[in-house]
Amino acid sequence: MSEARLFKPRFNPAKPAFGILVFLLYLFLLAPLLIVFVVSFASNQYLSFPPEGLTFKWYEMLPEESTFVNGMRVSLIVAVIVTAIVLALGVPVALALDRFEFKAKAAVQSFFLSPLLIPSIVLALGMVLLFGPLNLNNTYTGIIIGHVAITIPFVIRTTLMSLATTDTSCEAAARILGAGSWTVFRRITLPIIQPGVIAGGVIAFIVSFDEAVISLFVAESGLPTLPVQVLRYVENSADAAVAALSVILILISLAVVVVVERVMGLRKALR
Amino acid sequence: MTVTQTEAPAARRAGAAEGELEKSTGRRNRRTYLALLIPGVLGLVVSFVFPLAYMVRMSFNKGAPDGVIEETFTLDTYIQPLTDPYYWRVTLDTFQMGVTVGLLCVLVSYPVALFLARSTSKYRGLLIAVAIAPLLTSAVVRTYGWMVILGTNGLVNSTLNEMGLIDTPLKLTNNMTGVTIGLVEIFMPYAILAMISGFGRLSPQLEEAAGSLGASKLQVFTRVTLPLSLPGILTAFLLVFVLSISTFITPRLLGGGSVQVLATEIYDQTTGLLNWPFAAALSVILLVLFGLIIAVYQRLTKKIGG
Repeated sequence: MSEARLFKPRFNPAKPAFGILVFLLYLFLLAPLLIVFVVSFASNQYLSFPPEGLTFKWYEMLPEESTFVNGMRVSLIVAVIVTAIVLALGVPVALALDRFEFKAKAAVQSFFLSPLLIPSIVLALGMVLLFGPLNLNNTYTGIIIGHVAITIPFVIRTTLMSLATTDTSCEAAARILGAGSWTVFRRITLPIIQPGVIAGGVIAFIVSFDEAVISLFVAESGLPTLPVQVLRYVENSADAAVAALSVILILISLAVVVVVERVMGLRKALR
Repeated sequence: MTVTQTEAPAARRAGAAEGELEKSTGRRNRRTYLALLIPGVLGLVVSFVFPLAYMVRMSFNKGAPDGVIEETFTLDTYIQPLTDPYYWRVTLDTFQMGVTVGLLCVLVSYPVALFLARSTSKYRGLLIAVAIAPLLTSAVVRTYGWMVILGTNGLVNSTLNEMGLIDTPLKLTNNMTGVTIGLVEIFMPYAILAMISGFGRLSPQLEEAAGSLGASKLQVFTRVTLPLSLPGILTAFLLVFVLSISTFITPRLLGGGSVQVLATEIYDQTTGLLNWPFAAALSVILLVLFGLIIAVYQRLTKKIGG
């Protein structure tokens, strides 16, 4: 094979052309994120091009924009509680699915991954209908219940991924040496699955934090989350304040990406 | 469990005490996994099964435009969307949008996926991460980015105007063109991810073998690379199609009210017209459409795989 390569012409014009194509496609893929970055520092009063000058005024405006501050608070509270709940519910489910044998295991696993197959608008409508008579619309409880379904599959998937790559001999050894179930879990299993739990947790956090459709249906009028506020703002105004906010949201996502990539690999976690 | 069950009779024969022990561990085993499963199952029942079931039930009620719901059991809400040409139009537009976005998305994602699948660069991991990282950014933010690029005073129109190529700005937002461009980009990471995973049988060795046996570059691509990457392409297309027909944020923002698809129609029926049973019926129709497509997909993959 290496011999064959020696006789090939050194320069192949198709190669740089393909490279340029891939570069342009990457640019297309990142275009909306890059442009938001540029606009957030442009001094133009209304959205237009080219940028007239450099300014930080859009960033300085953010703490004074009460809709954004309130939205941020609601979104953070929701995302933190949702993350705690889905970790508490999802990690044990992953343990049961991997470490125990029982009938209907495949069905249980499909059940827990199925929320990802249902359009969020359909789920959102179901929530708002169900929450109406229960007086849960426009409450934290309502939004949080709404987000549990769409985030739990990520936690279960990443935890299963960590469990699948390890064997059970350490746990068996600890048990034979007299450790109780809880000790085995805390001292052996938990450290093993830690990457999956962390990855699942931060993905659940960002999915809940960025979720717009369920929040829009369930709590648009009474308890708008940050994505709902951004949605409204973008529909009604043309200035760049929302670009500055978007950059902050992108940076939060970037932090999540870095964590997931470090602990278990983004591709593995999102597959 | 199965192990315990098959061993249990033997153990019982060997001695009553031992048999008791076997059974008790089996029972404890069962108690453990049930304890691990039940909270999660309850959580998902409350936040997933109940809302969907309630919505399906709601679709058989009668709704009045002022938000009053008449508890009954009727198919009335289904008759309107299935007989009114307007809703056929909306469903057809939704379907068409899904196909267009799916095809274009596959087209722009394929070279990137092919590049990533073949790359031997030490930055390969980083490049893969960059390609799929946008998955974890807000859809609202990315759609806003496209509004900035495609808007009347946006990047594209300003640049073309500056260069003297156009006098009146191109209409790239508040229509299907804008929605399509936005969705193609937004779903690219999904398509790339699906393709990389679906390229399992593709290997540089096979391509080199074809090349050294005298196949031209084009022949290698059409006879080796393309057929072997077909499962990945198909998965990516269907994934993007399914995601497009149910997406709400992008048609809402980039469509600016003039693009009507099933998702925006469901929203308008709820917030604007308060016709809950009707919105529920539209959602059930969307779900059925979903189910059909997934069923077709599974048959297709079986054919290709076997």
